Amino acid sequence: MLGKLTLSAIPYDVPILVGTFIGAAIAGLAVVGLITYYGKWGYLWREWLTSVDHKRIGVMYIVVALVALFRGFADAIMMRSQLALAYAGNPGYLPPHHYDQIFSAHGTIMIFFMAMAFMQGLMNIVVPLQIGARDVAFPFVNTLSFWMTTISFLLVNVSLFIGEFSQCGWLAYPPLSEQQFSPGVGVDYYIWAVQLSGVGTLLTGVNFFTTIVKMRAPGMTYMRMPVFTWTIFCTTVLIMVAFPILTVAIALLGLDRYLGMHFFTNDGGGNQMLYLSLIWGWGHPEVYILVLPAFGAFSEITQTFSRKPLFGYKTMVYATASIMVLSLLVWAHHFFTMGAGPNVNTFFGIMTMVIAVPTGVKIFNWLFTMYKGRVEFHATMYWVIGFMITFSIGGMTGVMLAIPAADFVLHNSLFVIAHFHNVIIGGVYFGYVAAMNFWFPKAFGFKMNEAWGKRAFWFWLVGFYFAFMPIYVVGFEGMTRRMNHYDNPEWHPWLLISAFGAALIALGVVCQLTQIYVSIRDRNLAENRDLTGDPWNARTLEWSTSSPPPFYNFAIVPTVHELDAFAHDKEAGIDTRKVGGDYKPIHMPKNTACGFLIGAFSFVLGFGAIWYIWWLAAVGLIGIIATVIARSADNDVDYYVPVSEIVRIEQEHSRNLMAAQAAE
Amino acid sequence: MAQNITADAAHGHDEHHESPVVFGFWVYLMTDCIIFGSLFAVFAVMRNQFAGGPTGHEVFELSGVGIETAILLLSSITYGFGMIAAHDNKVSTMRTWLGVTFLLGLGFLFMEIREFSHMIAEGNGPDRSAFLSSFFTLVGTHGLHVTCGLLWMAVLLFQTAGKTELNERMIGKLTCLSLFWHFLDIVWICVFTFVYLMSVI
Repeated sequence: MLGKLTLSAIPYDVPILVGTFIGAAIAGLAVVGLITYYGKWGYLWREWLTSVDHKRIGVMYIVVALVALFRGFADAIMMRSQLALAYAGNPGYLPPHHYDQIFSAHGTIMIFFMAMAFMQGLMNIVVPLQIGARDVAFPFVNTLSFWMTTISFLLVNVSLFIGEFSQCGWLAYPPLSEQQFSPGVGVDYYIWAVQLSGVGTLLTGVNFFTTIVKMRAPGMTYMRMPVFTWTIFCTTVLIMVAFPILTVAIALLGLDRYLGMHFFTNDGGGNQMLYLSLIWGWGHPEVYILVLPAFGAFSEITQTFSRKPLFGYKTMVYATASIMVLSLLVWAHHFFTMGAGPNVNTFFGIMTMVIAVPTGVKIFNWLFTMYKGRVEFHATMYWVIGFMITFSIGGMTGVMLAIPAADFVLHNSLFVIAHFHNVIIGGVYFGYVAAMNFWFPKAFGFKMNEAWGKRAFWFWLVGFYFAFMPIYVVGFEGMTRRMNHYDNPEWHPWLLISAFGAALIALGVVCQLTQIYVSIRDRNLAENRDLTGDPWNARTLEWSTSSPPPFYNFAIVPTVHELDAFAHDKEAGIDTRKVGGDYKPIHMPKNTACGFLIGAFSFVLGFGAIWYIWWLAAVGLIGIIATVIARSADNDVDYYVPVSEIVRIEQEHSRNLMAAQAAE
Repeated sequence: MAQNITADAAHGHDEHHESPVVFGFWVYLMTDCIIFGSLFAVFAVMRNQFAGGPTGHEVFELSGVGIETAILLLSSITYGFGMIAAHDNKVSTMRTWLGVTFLLGLGFLFMEIREFSHMIAEGNGPDRSAFLSSFFTLVGTHGLHVTCGLLWMAVLLFQTAGKTELNERMIGKLTCLSLFWHFLDIVWICVFTFVYLMSVI
């Protein structure tokens, strides 16, 4: 009846988990209580959870990403403190069984649910506005994507309290992840979480690719697209190419585990090297899926706060597209030591070094954009400059690792860990935080607090160097990754410094939470409110509408004459928001609960399959199919916004704007 | 070129709201194509990993597979006739052709399931060797797609029951399923060539 699920699956004998559970339960109850107390359930359901508005979906994505950041970062703190303690006979406080789950969950959560969710949130909020569209191509698919990601993250967190998580690292290499060596449910949690969130990501890729190809404002040719949209465009292509390979790799692992097949097993003709090729065929493009949007955000921020157009727009576009292509040709550098032979290794080594060239082009473009610009040291610019230095260092250690001979020494050492945290924190994370600070007023109508933003930056930057430079050193000294305890006295001081760095980063996270709190508290102060919709004097179309934009984004779809369309309009004195234009009824999608329902049934399917509760899995599957059919039969999916409503909203915005100008 | 496309898209969006559904679905199919491409690559790696089990030559019966292929190709033609009728707004003719396609698809699926169960009964299931794992997964994934296509077809037959006219949304759905169905045909031709014929030669 309940498959593998018994009472012994609840880890009530592990104090850390019990404490976490109590904490999570109290926090959950508090949130539920507050929503009930203020009577906001209906509002939440109608306006957010069932919303097909890309801006709201984007905000929800980023909320999920921040929760995932919190969870993933808690794992990081535990790992660093374990390694600071577990030295010379001291076992530390995390036994291997638990420690292995922590590093597996840390990687899985940070990539799939922090970074991917954050990136999808940003593209949701920004891209349709930037191309002058009123929504994405498939609004229903958009809410479905969001819920698939969210329930997958929920599944990972359920594994904390029911059963266990994978102990096989964030990519679950076989044969360790096979039934023979991992008979528990941990790997099954991993498989279902990654697979279900992969569906969501793939659909996002298709959706935004179609949106950018089909729904750009009139006059916006490809070479007039803002750089952020270009990077998202290339990212969606990479998603569509790479994520199906991940789906196949994880599905084959699942077939090995569930049906006793022999793709990656030790016996029966299985081949583990095939898994490595497949998983990295996805995995390497994945890092560019994450970092390209960050590059786009840096470009927008740099040109805005340097008060001049981006240096080398065309080279930026070509560099982005080159990275997109090259990123598909480097995957084997993740396993130079596997024995593919010198010819294969040479090819992949050279391709990996070549990819540094377009990345270097970008760095110089940003530098030349700042050169002779009137650079305003806004908090977002701090992240940009911190990124340029940090990412360059990370890029150079990457080129070191691309040398196959060097890789034979450094492979599987902490040097690799230091390298990819160097580029992912310094590149992806700094970029997303900068982007959040930059586009926050567009989403909410008020700015984020700058002082706390700068404090967060300094703690993150300094903390990063303290945390990861020592990791490079111990990597050189031969410390392998995923080690639970050690007895080499030379490593210990470095790992203490690293733990100190993690503590500084923790303060950075605290500053960020404080920043969000203070920003919301002070949202009505005159200097924080964004009444014009253009708080930074920026260059692209998303700033030409109000903040937050009306649900239809643009009362009249803008016509684009040049790159940086909004800057052009401002220079030419064209008021794109003059009230009383020739409004027409606007065609908009209706909100739907179907995305939420499919997500909920997918959760049921995944949970049932993880625990071999087959009737429950069947309920989930039938629920998904029934919801899709019901949605297909529903013809009442859209409506027209009448002109009178548009006039009312536009006039209200106009009044606010005039009041703001009078106050100045 | 790009100018024209954007102008058209914007025109469509504002005036009569041309739906991006068919283009989007086509793009989705390309991602599905990569799934099959990966599975073919896996099969290419595994094709000689018999692990003491049977080879393709020993387990495949080409005559049955040949009939399956003929049935599936025929079903693509009948779907095509259905689409011609749909564009002429002849709903009942369209439904008849779709019904024929459905039956042909069902026949294909029946033959495939019979082949699979036959192999499993003889002890040559997917857990026998890596070769058989990759065979069952590749062909089974195609079969699963056919199953989804049949379910979809049944839903559309149900939704068009009693209708005398097809609206734009329904034409869009029929076009997407048409793309899907022809795509499965192309994949099957590759399966027939690379999996069956090349294993038997």
